[in-house]
Amino acid sequence: MSTLVALRGLKVSFAGQPALRGIDLSIAPGEALGLVGESGCGKSVTWLAALSLLPGKATIEGSATLGGEELIGAPARVLERVRGGRIAMIFQDPASSLNPVHRVGKQLAEALRLHRGLTGDAARAEAKRLFDLVGIPDAARRLDAYPHEFSGGQNQRVMIAMALAGQPEMLVADEPTTALDVTIQAQILDLLRSLRREFNMALVLISHDLGVVADTCDRVAVMYAGRIVEEAPVARLFAAPAHPYTRGLLGALPPITGPRRRLAAIPGGVPEPWAMPKGCAFAPRCAARIAACDAGVPSATELAPFHVAACLRAHEPAALEMEPA
Amino acid sequence: MRPDASLLDATGLVRRYEMRRGIFGAAVEVRAVDGVSLTLERGRTLGLVGESGCGKSTTGRLVLGLETPDAGSVAFEGKPMPPPGSAPWRALRARMQMVFQDPLGALDRRLTIGAQVREPLDIHEQGDAPARAAKVARLLAAVGLRPDQAARYPHELSGGQRQRAVLARALATDPALLVCDEPISALDVSIQAQVMNLLVDIQAEFGVAMLFISHDLRAVRQVSHRVAVMYLGRIVEEGEPDAVLHAPAHPYSQALVSAIPHPGKQGTRIVLQGDPPNPADRPTGCAFHPRCAAAVARCRAESPDLKARPDGRLVACHVAHAETALSRAA
Repeated sequence: MSTLVALRGLKVSFAGQPALRGIDLSIAPGEALGLVGESGCGKSVTWLAALSLLPGKATIEGSATLGGEELIGAPARVLERVRGGRIAMIFQDPASSLNPVHRVGKQLAEALRLHRGLTGDAARAEAKRLFDLVGIPDAARRLDAYPHEFSGGQNQRVMIAMALAGQPEMLVADEPTTALDVTIQAQILDLLRSLRREFNMALVLISHDLGVVADTCDRVAVMYAGRIVEEAPVARLFAAPAHPYTRGLLGALPPITGPRRRLAAIPGGVPEPWAMPKGCAFAPRCAARIAACDAGVPSATELAPFHVAACLRAHEPAALEMEPA
Repeated sequence: MRPDASLLDATGLVRRYEMRRGIFGAAVEVRAVDGVSLTLERGRTLGLVGESGCGKSTTGRLVLGLETPDAGSVAFEGKPMPPPGSAPWRALRARMQMVFQDPLGALDRRLTIGAQVREPLDIHEQGDAPARAAKVARLLAAVGLRPDQAARYPHELSGGQRQRAVLARALATDPALLVCDEPISALDVSIQAQVMNLLVDIQAEFGVAMLFISHDLRAVRQVSHRVAVMYLGRIVEEGEPDAVLHAPAHPYSQALVSAIPHPGKQGTRIVLQGDPPNPADRPTGCAFHPRCAAAVARCRAESPDLKARPDGRLVACHVAHAETALSRAA
């Protein structure tokens, strides 16, 4: 399997406080990877770091390569070609990513000029095509509208159209549906799925919602406190979750069928960056904790092909049954 | 007061707002809530589901008397709601409390958690000083906070702990009704589960009735005894959570249920076309008809009433009722 993007030992810290503590991840061309975790686990920082979009006070170590080309510490000239051109990114709140005083068509044309050198009528025709593609009705007329004239779901479609303007090989969607209503979320996820198929574009879907990831992605990486704790194909992760944190996340989802049972909530909260445990970061909340967990950070072990978990006890599923808290 | 009387009875609630388009634009009437009736029994939970702008939060504020309905009435413990701001209304406020989405916004960041939990007792002059202190300690324990956390400030607690503090404060005056407006949507998944468990525990311990407002059907099923689905200011379906989730009758509930992303979920997804409607520009007839795949000519002309089906489920849909009528005739 060829690799489009590879992260190796990527670390980020803000003013000495580690936010990302060593990420290794590969994405194949056209693959859809879900990145799941709670707020503050570093799932967004990973991609902001890879694209050098973090503020200057962040220190980045490790490597991020796109098609073999190193991105960390790359000159601005290289990064400008990559950002939007080869890797595009969309964010949670589409309205704040758009400029409120410019017509959306103009903003889209700007992206087309920068990435594809299109101007004038050619840019407008392409903009209209992109609007049609992302399902904005009455595209030609809506190009002249301002962001406030669109609903949240439509603004996210505009953002997706802008992301597609550079014909990227990979789209990083950072919580693209979190600010949207459930029925609109279904529309946007549908759109992302069909665009990916059409353009054979790789997709990284960052979400806190396992359900969203389950029906959009091929593979899932679960993050906790700045590290990937488990990585597996989607079906495998939900059928046989190995890391106690993944099990906890699944247990915390209210079921939609069957008897109503008490939710297996994970006790406690995420450790603060300045009080990170020496060993496994999840150990203080873990029901299967043993002395060895506090000795050092567990390394990733392969449980099945493509299924990796960073837990000392991942091989003993019986020990990991979470007691309802 | 009869012991079997329901705790809360809201009948035909209507709340209109005026909205101007631009500075000189004509005022447009927006019906945020358009004829909502609901009943809540003691110690039970009613889940109110719907998308943003459907009027679920306004409904919550109306039943608390925080807003005056333009039409309709609210009765609490069999007696009509006194006018807002009056002395009897203030006294009643101790019996009904609200929990909001954002716990940090709901807490005063300059007061310790203990002081904030105690404040309702001071305002409603319940008990003497030692009794109030004992009550605060008991409440903090009931919501799972440590005694030493009473001296903490909101910013020193995590999101889940803040929501626990908010709940402790809401429970301080022994309310009979809690209106929880999206109490878990600002929290992380694992913390959401903690708060949902806590809500169920609180109900078991204090026997408090809850109006649980949420956009998340899964969460609503987890904590509610009944669920009402709202669309554009009206209840379109009401029934047992399991019945509504497994066999939704209204086409909107069907779309809402099928839109729930869930690991390992089978079956096809109904993807609704179009955007959530604008309450300022309400479609004629059934408000849902422009997005509805089952709509017939009648839906455009005539607004359906919320009526009971033979199985007791309340549905406001011409098509759903016609189908039940047909299947009974056959």
